Amino acid sequence: MGRFIILVLALGALWLLLSGYFDKPLLLGFGAASVLFAALMARRAGIVDNDSVPTGLFPGIFGYWLWLTFEIGKSNIGVIRHALAVEPKLSPKLFYVPCQPKTSVGKATFANSITLTPGTVSVDLGEEGILVHALTEDFADVGAIKEMGDYVARIEGSEA
Amino acid sequence: MSMFAVATAGIIAAMTLALVRAFAGPSLYDRVLAGNSFGTKTVILIGLMGFLTGRPDFLDIALLYALINFAATIAILRFFSYRQSSKTRAKPMSEGEA
Amino acid sequence: MIDWDLIRDLLSWALFLTGGFSVVAGAIGLVRFPDFFTRLHAAGVTDTAGAELIILGMMIQAPNWIVVVKLAFIAAFLFLTSPVATHAIAHAAWMVGFKPMQGPDLRYEGDGK
Repeated sequence: MGRFIILVLALGALWLLLSGYFDKPLLLGFGAASVLFAALMARRAGIVDNDSVPTGLFPGIFGYWLWLTFEIGKSNIGVIRHALAVEPKLSPKLFYVPCQPKTSVGKATFANSITLTPGTVSVDLGEEGILVHALTEDFADVGAIKEMGDYVARIEGSEA
Repeated sequence: MSMFAVATAGIIAAMTLALVRAFAGPSLYDRVLAGNSFGTKTVILIGLMGFLTGRPDFLDIALLYALINFAATIAILRFFSYRQSSKTRAKPMSEGEA
Repeated sequence: MIDWDLIRDLLSWALFLTGGFSVVAGAIGLVRFPDFFTRLHAAGVTDTAGAELIILGMMIQAPNWIVVVKLAFIAAFLFLTSPVATHAIAHAAWMVGFKPMQGPDLRYEGDGK
């Protein structure tokens, strides 16, 4: 039930901010009706769980995003240097990284973080961990990527 | 020259390069990647256009375009994965086929 | 007294220039890199650094806070959807048997060169 209320509040906030109507009762009524309808439909379909409303990630996710932003900035500079080099020295590499996060939300966050960081792309998720393709040897830093996984595993919480 | 015009020029140059990759291919996935990248730049372009013409309502369209672009990429990949699975999948393909 | 408009303009100029530079550099990489998997990385530069920096620059120039909120939504959607799309393309290519070039001499596995 708590998750359902959070979903209603989030959808309501989205509707209010996107429409920009705060003082027209008729339109506000329509908005409230559509928010409630969407939330009830989601509950009826049985998809209001930790995957669609990942409350377990909050509030740790904000610190993580801030940290991730700096990681992205650092590796962006590296990729841009290769893209503009007169003679790019690429040495692509394919390797497995162990996946520490246990919940599906944690795994998705970790794999997407790897993809979002330029220079590394997650290609497959298997038994051995996450299959990562890296642009050069420098980007194929298993230690740094594992550190990212540890961070996600710390903030993910439990599957509720 | 306003700063929006400079950014718009950069975006349009990058869009042209993405189109070059989309036409050159060589594989289907290169084209999908270039198309997706083109779509991301379109979102920014629509937003910049809103500022250039002094009509920030364009941002609603940009937001919608971002969602449609994402859904379209997934839909195209879905479509081709179905087509792929109906053919024989035994031999690994090299780049340029598909 | 500090001229806030001037500071805002200078900040936006800096963000637009670095963002536009990243977008163009990513597109150049998209054209230049040798195989499909390396091109994924170039496209990633455009999606993250380029797009988000330009959106941040537009936020600073926004005439009212509703515009800032909408730009924040666009930035958030791009931030959440672009890795999913990139991964979907990479995974689809991997599943049909695409093999990336490997090593400093850029050759395919099992290639006798």
